[in-house]
Amino acid sequence: MKRGGLLLTIAVLLVVILLALAAFAPQVAPYDPLAQSILTRMKGPSALHWLGTDQFGRDLLSRIIFGLRASLGISGSAVLIALALGGTLGLLAAYYRGWTERVVMRAMDILFAFPVMLLAIGIIAMLGPGAGPTSLAIAIVYTPIFARLIRAPALVVVETDYVMNARAIGATDLRILLRHILPNLASVVLVQTSLLLSTAILVEASLSFLGLGAQPPTPSLGGMLSDGRNFLMLSPWSAVFSGFAILILAFALNLLGDVLRDRLDPRLQ
Amino acid sequence: MFLICSRLLDLLLVLFGVSVLTFLMIRLIPGDAVAIMLGANSEVTPDRIAALRSQIGLDQPILLQYLHWLGAILQGDLGVSLWTRQPVSQEILQHVAPTAELAALALALGAGLAVPVGVAMAWLRGRGWDIALQIGSVAGLTIPSFWLGIMLILALTALAPDLQMLGYVPIFEDPLGNLARMIFPAFALSLPIMANLARLLRSAMLEALQQDFVRTARAKGVRESLVFFRHALRNALIPFVTSVGITTGYLLGGAIVVEQVFAIPGLGRLILGAIAERNYPLVQASILAITTTFVLVNVLVDLLYAAIDPRVRS
Repeated sequence: MKRGGLLLTIAVLLVVILLALAAFAPQVAPYDPLAQSILTRMKGPSALHWLGTDQFGRDLLSRIIFGLRASLGISGSAVLIALALGGTLGLLAAYYRGWTERVVMRAMDILFAFPVMLLAIGIIAMLGPGAGPTSLAIAIVYTPIFARLIRAPALVVVETDYVMNARAIGATDLRILLRHILPNLASVVLVQTSLLLSTAILVEASLSFLGLGAQPPTPSLGGMLSDGRNFLMLSPWSAVFSGFAILILAFALNLLGDVLRDRLDPRLQ
Repeated sequence: MFLICSRLLDLLLVLFGVSVLTFLMIRLIPGDAVAIMLGANSEVTPDRIAALRSQIGLDQPILLQYLHWLGAILQGDLGVSLWTRQPVSQEILQHVAPTAELAALALALGAGLAVPVGVAMAWLRGRGWDIALQIGSVAGLTIPSFWLGIMLILALTALAPDLQMLGYVPIFEDPLGNLARMIFPAFALSLPIMANLARLLRSAMLEALQQDFVRTARAKGVRESLVFFRHALRNALIPFVTSVGITTGYLLGGAIVVEQVFAIPGLGRLILGAIAERNYPLVQASILAITTTFVLVNVLVDLLYAAIDPRVRS
């Protein structure tokens, strides 16, 4: 219990800080993330620029804070779309069984057959690079994952006595789904959303590292890492800090999901 | 036998679906795909657009297009690259070796390291290490391999300035040079796999240690180390095998990104180059080829699983 408590505190604290930084980026960032300065190019950390500056003299800390915002915005919206879409499909498949389930899950199997990064790259190749296409691509790739993750526990809940009872007293399908089944899946949804948001952050960072995500001059963590790589030997700061920011963001969300899962499912301890 | 038949039927259905989706890719490009592919320059005439359209077959009814496309693919003809005029299959074959080697090496490293690490994690459970192990394993899972790769380059450049670690040399030309160039990207790629498999092995070990056969072994006086390694570990390795199949998907995607970091001329360079040139038929064919490989690997893993675990067969 103690172990879960300490780790949960660390995870929640990290996630809250990162979310706050992203939400209040314009207020928190010490500089304009796009403001260039020829005189202070590629400087190391100093009192003026805590994390140093990039090849255009832009403040790295400010760019990373705005990068967190872009990263969370793109991956967060993608995961929410995937949760809504995949969750609904998984729920309907578990509730109606039969042909609904067969058709839905086969369709999900087909999407699931593509390696995640590859399908995302393919979708962006067709739509053109950018923040919107990246978000859409991640949403499509994550939809079958959510459908599978929601369907399995939903199958168990559908068979419970209270769902049978609700059906017996003539509750409508919609009411049963929303009032009786969905609330019982809340913990699964919470854990998986946290874990999958963590991996979505990594996919988004990979895509923007490849130049397919949010386009310059918009600060994106993957894009900064890619820029930093080109100037690695002259000034490693951009590459070091932007990648570390990706790690911390993905780490915090993954740890949160991991600890919550341990708490909600004691068997896995 | 029933299992194999139903798996094969599933396989055909999934491959059919994958082929339809991949086929639709070019057709779903917003706007005129052919005009986009040719780009905006003075040489683009309506004639050239029409010629390219008929070359890709976009001027036929869509069902006919699909059947022609699929028929050609089943005969091993993935089409012709738009700009080089080389068969696409040849371009893919030229780039497949570095990626396959990188993925295989990363898988071997990840799985190989995961066994001792996972066993150690199970062994250390409840001995005051739990918080550190959980933080360490989550960090291992979430470390971006492309960043780890860049940090490795940074560190190695400082430590061993003469080491050639970027680029690629074929393994048969210079085995040592090949290894020196592949080991670091493979390590960067393998760390999340290692963390994932080690965690899986840890929980499988802990579960196996509570089973009746372990209790029986202990009761009849088998040494604890033997119980641990022979009875528990051998059973814990079964779920390990299945997750290797899923890992292949991560490997193929991750390799594309890590290749860029270490300047390895693999499938990642081919696909990203094709995207930059708007060479959509090449992108389409590469995605189809890689996904088919991934699907087949997963079926093989499933069958292997059934072969080593008799409970699955019944």
